[in-house]
Amino acid sequence: MKRSKCIETIYPELHDKLVVTIMGACAQELYDLGHCENFFYLQHAMGLASSIGLGLALNLPNEKVVVMDGDGSVLMNLGTLTTIARYQPANLIHIIFDNGSLLSTGGFASHTTSGVTDLAAIARGAGIKNVAAVSTPMDFVGAAADAFEGNELSVIVAKVEAVGPDHFGMDLKLPENAFRFERYIKEHQNRKF
Amino acid sequence: MTVSLDHSKAVYQGIKDAGIQFITALPETWLVYLLQMAEDDPEMCLIEVAKEEEAIGIAAGAYFAGQPNLLLMQNHGFLAAINGIVSLAMLYRVPLCMLIAHRGHMGEPYPWHTQGGIVTEPVLRSLGIPFDYARDPARVGKQIREAHTYSLSSLSPVALLLSRDLMEG
Repeated sequence: MKRSKCIETIYPELHDKLVVTIMGACAQELYDLGHCENFFYLQHAMGLASSIGLGLALNLPNEKVVVMDGDGSVLMNLGTLTTIARYQPANLIHIIFDNGSLLSTGGFASHTTSGVTDLAAIARGAGIKNVAAVSTPMDFVGAAADAFEGNELSVIVAKVEAVGPDHFGMDLKLPENAFRFERYIKEHQNRKF
Repeated sequence: MTVSLDHSKAVYQGIKDAGIQFITALPETWLVYLLQMAEDDPEMCLIEVAKEEEAIGIAAGAYFAGQPNLLLMQNHGFLAAINGIVSLAMLYRVPLCMLIAHRGHMGEPYPWHTQGGIVTEPVLRSLGIPFDYARDPARVGKQIREAHTYSLSSLSPVALLLSRDLMEG
């Protein structure tokens, strides 16, 4: 299963959600499908995409927040799973694409390679009840649909191949992404109330 | 060593007067009363993290959501959070208002706090983070309001160092 295909499959469902991605391949693959003002790409500070998602979800309970994370990033901030579990925001969907690799920084094996470390088990152990571990496109789509339609904190650990795009680059400066993301939220909230 | 309840009340009132409704924190001795007050305050949302770098991400999310917020941490937690401060907040121009317990400086009896106490101000200077010391309970409220205002106008991290004079009273 390829991460790019997973993202492509759920892309039509993302237009009304707040989306935070990690750096590198994951960000690029989403961007290449077409940037939207409700997307924020965290191109550094590995591990904190999930924390940003938590801060958004807690403060915008009427919005669905989708975090697209990776095994390398989650391993840098494992405590985030315990914090997310403690506060249980029902509107947070935390997708972890596990390619067993630090793909964007040289392709070195991560601790999840060959099943050494089981992130889904860690998420469950952290106290998150709704955790899906998937490795086929059909299972991924099903788990994502359940998470999007449900009203419960969800973690999806998706085993994917360690492949990424053949190019990197966005016509979007980093602060510009932050400014526009914040403005989108402000205007979206004003429209709703 | 005794933490001052009265001075903690002055700090908390300053947080309230600044319009803060969301605090991300990691517990620490000098902050104990502040965290209790936040927990007991129905108008305040207190999120306790496992490690301080997480708090930088949560605060960024709260900022994007339009929620007036600040961070409470020990200076060693600030040191642990530096990559998040640099590569999220500074890189993306996200404001952070950080109230930092300045342990390990003059008068510190505990050896384990001392190295962090010694390097805190030089690290803030090297990062270019505006900072001030809060020493006087009569002034700390104004300092919190000003730190919060300045973080929003400068789109920068701003630190207010809570000193021994203030927190131990």
